[in-house]
Amino acid sequence: MKREIVKFLILALLVLVVPLLLKGGYLMNVLVFVGINTMLAVALNLLLGFAGQISLGHAAFFGIGAYCSGILTATFGLNPWHAMAVAACAGTVLAFVVGFPILKLKGHYLAMATLGLGIIVYIVFNEAVNLTGGPSGLSGIPNLSVGKTVFDSDTKNYYLIWGFTLATILLSLNLAHSRIGRALRAIHDSEVAARVMGVNARLLKVRIFALSAFISAVAGSLYAHTMTFLSPASFGFNFSVELVTMVVIGGLGSIYGSLFGAVLLTLLPEMLRTFQDYDIVVYGLILILMTMFMPGGLVRGIPAMIGAVSARRGNGGNEHA
Amino acid sequence: MLRLEGITQVFGGIRALEDVSFTVNGGSITGVIGPNGAGKTTLFNVISGLYTLTSGNVYLDDRTITGFPPEKLAPLGVVRTFQNIELFGQMTVLENVMVGLHTKSTSGIIACAFKLPGHLREERIIRERARHWLDFTGIGELAGTVAGSLPFGKGRLLEIARALALEPRIILMDEPAAGLNSRETADLAGLIGRIREAGITVVLVEHDMELVMDICDDILVLNLGRKLAEGTPREIQENPAVIAAYLGEG
Repeated sequence: MKREIVKFLILALLVLVVPLLLKGGYLMNVLVFVGINTMLAVALNLLLGFAGQISLGHAAFFGIGAYCSGILTATFGLNPWHAMAVAACAGTVLAFVVGFPILKLKGHYLAMATLGLGIIVYIVFNEAVNLTGGPSGLSGIPNLSVGKTVFDSDTKNYYLIWGFTLATILLSLNLAHSRIGRALRAIHDSEVAARVMGVNARLLKVRIFALSAFISAVAGSLYAHTMTFLSPASFGFNFSVELVTMVVIGGLGSIYGSLFGAVLLTLLPEMLRTFQDYDIVVYGLILILMTMFMPGGLVRGIPAMIGAVSARRGNGGNEHA
Repeated sequence: MLRLEGITQVFGGIRALEDVSFTVNGGSITGVIGPNGAGKTTLFNVISGLYTLTSGNVYLDDRTITGFPPEKLAPLGVVRTFQNIELFGQMTVLENVMVGLHTKSTSGIIACAFKLPGHLREERIIRERARHWLDFTGIGELAGTVAGSLPFGKGRLLEIARALALEPRIILMDEPAAGLNSRETADLAGLIGRIREAGITVVLVEHDMELVMDICDDILVLNLGRKLAEGTPREIQENPAVIAAYLGEG
């Protein structure tokens, strides 16, 4: 447990120090998105990595959080923090309502159902022009503020969002190491045995789906108030796949893995600008290669690889002699 | 303690169980035997709530538990093990047993996420109790091992430890000796004896006749979905219908 605390403190320290090293600039803006994506990846990991339930439509909850917050503030003039609370509730309630019927499904069928959900929500964002502004977008969303401090610069937003991100990581770590985390992993490994042990698998799956949606919607709201402009393209199928890729690359069932995956997949496109619209192809390729050669994700795969290499060296290469 | 009344289970056109009535006495070890396809595992699946039975009733004491799903039976003290052991393969041995204590703890998502004090106390108790049951089944030294990498015999013991962690009133074991060597089987017989001494009623489906005759107080014989006989091991061994069914089979 001690080691867990130390690990988290190192991360928190790193988050504090990085802006001082960068001294502002373009990368700060990218790191804001790393924070948001980390929240989303951790949220999806609770569902996908722990409970073993796929969602190919998680961008929908992110989008609902964003649009709820955006519309309530830009159109109806609500206080951004209040709007965030409403947005979070909206995401959670939708997950509960949708979760009960669709989490009965397993495997491919659940993938299809969540995919459908994502597409429906995406279409609503595009078509409900009166509310969302449709494809041309929604602008004029105010920044969040505390007292006199308005979060209107990259550095301020960085600290705001990473505050939320660190909280998400900490609470998720706690959850992972609790009876709920164990029950989720039990469902993942053998649902029938988990039920025999008294775990109400059906209800727990729905609740974790709702929690995941809650975090995603909060991330969406933060996104809206940081960007101050929304367009449906940010919440489509591609982004849902990107989120799954982050979780898988980092490592299913590893909270720090999701952080790792989010960092990598947010920075990668910045480096791979040359690929332009083909980035989805690159993600797909990464996903395939990862599942083939590192099914445990980077956080488990890299130490295992180092271990294997050093073991070979240690044995002088004649272990089969 | 556990009473079955006219249990009938139909799958499509197949009558897997037909009008089976039986009573399991509290504190006993009861064996369910019968040739392959007799309906033994089906009977377990019906009692443990995995199948919705076609007709009949299941009572725990005088309370009906007919059609209760497994997660509702667990807090009442009804638990089972599986023929092809169902472990949480990616979790450690200790964590597997800790899941067995799920119903003994109450912290919700919020208490767990915020590490509220009650939750920490509960977590400590869960850990202690889980270790106790690992020692009880004799696999305490494997606590940190990943369950999926256990040899079959140890996996079986882990499944029993996990079930015992619920502190059940009755444990249903589906072929606990299958795949075990003779030494492991002897150890298992000892363990089942100790489970009974702990005040837990045991019901087991088993093919190992020697084991059944050795440790059971009562035996229920099924054949082709119907009750063929019931009685003490001695009565069963001398029952002509049972002898015919077994000899007739092969």
